[in-house]
Amino acid sequence: MIIADLFQTLIWIVLAGLAIGSGVAMVVQRNPLYAAISLIGVFISFAGFYLLLGAPFIAAVQVIVYAGAIMVLVVFVIMLLNVEEEVRKPLRLKFLIPAAIFGAAILFAQAAFIIYSVGASPVRVPNADAANSQIGLTKSIGTGLFTDYLLPFEITSILILMAIVGAITLARRPTVLLLVEEDYDGKKHVERRTLKIDNI
Amino acid sequence: MFDTNNPLLIAGAQFLGIFLAFNAVLVLTAYLSLVERRVLAVMQGRLGPNRVGWFGLLQPLADGIKFIFKEDIAPDKATKFIYILAPFIAIISALMTLIVYPFGPVVTLPFSETFFGAPVTFPMTVARMDVALLYVLAVTSVGVYAIALAGWSSNSKYSLMGGLRSAAQMISYELSLGLSLIGVILMSGTLDLFSIAEQQGGWFGMKWNIFFQPLGFFVYLISAIAETNRVPFDLPEAETELVAGFHTEYSAMKFALFFIAEYVNMTTVSMLAATLFLGGFQGPFVAEFPILGPFYFVAKVFFFLFLYIWLRGTLPRFRFDQLMNFGWKFLLPVALLNIILTATIAVFFYSR
Amino acid sequence: MNEFQLIAYLPILLMFLVAAGFGSSQVILSALLGQRKATKTKLMPYECGKDPVGSARERFSVKFYLIAMLFILFDIEVIFLVPWAVVFRDFVASGNAAFIYIEMMVFVALLLVGYVYVVKKGTFEWGDRARVEAETEAKILARQERLAAIQVERKAA
Repeated sequence: MIIADLFQTLIWIVLAGLAIGSGVAMVVQRNPLYAAISLIGVFISFAGFYLLLGAPFIAAVQVIVYAGAIMVLVVFVIMLLNVEEEVRKPLRLKFLIPAAIFGAAILFAQAAFIIYSVGASPVRVPNADAANSQIGLTKSIGTGLFTDYLLPFEITSILILMAIVGAITLARRPTVLLLVEEDYDGKKHVERRTLKIDNI
Repeated sequence: MFDTNNPLLIAGAQFLGIFLAFNAVLVLTAYLSLVERRVLAVMQGRLGPNRVGWFGLLQPLADGIKFIFKEDIAPDKATKFIYILAPFIAIISALMTLIVYPFGPVVTLPFSETFFGAPVTFPMTVARMDVALLYVLAVTSVGVYAIALAGWSSNSKYSLMGGLRSAAQMISYELSLGLSLIGVILMSGTLDLFSIAEQQGGWFGMKWNIFFQPLGFFVYLISAIAETNRVPFDLPEAETELVAGFHTEYSAMKFALFFIAEYVNMTTVSMLAATLFLGGFQGPFVAEFPILGPFYFVAKVFFFLFLYIWLRGTLPRFRFDQLMNFGWKFLLPVALLNIILTATIAVFFYSR
Repeated sequence: MNEFQLIAYLPILLMFLVAAGFGSSQVILSALLGQRKATKTKLMPYECGKDPVGSARERFSVKFYLIAMLFILFDIEVIFLVPWAVVFRDFVASGNAAFIYIEMMVFVALLLVGYVYVVKKGTFEWGDRARVEAETEAKILARQERLAAIQVERKAA
């Protein structure tokens, strides 16, 4: 059992490194597509975290929706708009650097405090039970979703409907095509055709 | 003598299973390419590769050696990192689904009673996960990147067209694919593929889901062919118009990785079809002789693979607007209709 | 299957390592053994033997973006359908059939409204412009043929 725990911790460290590394790479990269790929790395390592926490359903959904659907849209936009590599500008707002360091220090102190207080607290999370619980399984999530959380679930459908209408409205730009035909005797026939969505 | 709950032992067994499945599928895909060429040749009234070895049986080996010794070039305008990354995404996302498929029923390890003291039984699958089906969907959805990124990073017009087309095609048909699975999940009430296969054991091993889900099977089959970019949905490659589509600029082993990934995808998609709709390892006499299970499973997979080749020899390619119309305006509503129908019937069927 | 056990998910990692190892070993082998004689022409993007014209990366139709957007939304629908399908049998068996049935049908109906809206707005009319152009061309050709026929008739008369 000790080996299993050790191995679990090792995987956790690797995933954490991957998540932080990809996150930093995402911000630092100048090529937008590289940044997008780094973000996919972040999402996939998050799925690994969910799995380690005993939530396989959430892990799978994380990959399907975030890495497999939303990032596809981002990659599409980068590919379609032909976004160029970002040119590094001279740094303005130099006073923000000490502020950022200060913020990072506070974040670090907070994390250290949380770790310390969890370690010092007399209330222990029963580890073995948490690892072998049924909370994260598909059946438990389904039961919860369709009984206790029924209203949020139904509201989600309205939200998605709004998003569908919004997406169409954003992209819709009726184009008018003027078709000009000329006869032998020089007479011109003009026909107007309206296309529903711009289709160049 | 051994504690069968020892995590190291379990991990070792899992690795052994993966090793066996991986090698079996690689050999299968190698010979699938040969079988495809021979069968297509027969359909088109010619011979096909028959010179290397007996009946061309060493042809896949020759192809592999040739791939290794070819020159590996990257076009000078390519985005190098992504160009190298793309074939890896392709092969990894193709192979990663292998672990969840049940290759056979629960079997007892031969002679295990003498070695371990008690008979060791195990299901013939590497991993029994609670979310196996979702895992397959997740890995498939990551596979889209391989083709899209390969097309973009090559910086060639043919590649970009191919990559763009295929990304749009794959995400469109992924919807109908996901929706067509819902009917089966409704009936079985689990996402674990082994349990789904196990539940189809009634009726003398013939209680297959296809008899209850003909519409779902139809939608799944079409979307699966589109997902794997095969004829008649092979627009991403479309050798007559786009040269080779997204892998125009790839050569040597990087090209081979795309090639292998395509054939592995065909195999895994066929495995999923066999498991979900044709009862997986179930068949007559499997309950009495569990060892028959893998043979039934492989036979069903071969049926689907032959179907793929047959379609390639028969059908012409779709036009892009036809493809999109077919996916969004026909398959998607049909898949939704299938879910509503299944749920409505199931309400009366499963009520006490 | 009724409990979460982390070891059941270990094969994901193992399979990833095996697949990545297979891919990289093959590519490295080919890079080591394959020949290398890169010339300038060889490294050009392939354009049927001609020198490539311009960059390949141009802007493309907004439709691809729309498809990706709609894919996200319908994908979320699929994700919601999965846990529903998993618990459906249990709910029906425990006598809550009408409850869970109507619940999901409301959800699906709302999304069907969205789907009908999308179709009616012509999002999937891919060949719209091409069709209009082809129709016009056909019309012009027909008119020219008619004019030619009239001229032939005049000559004959």
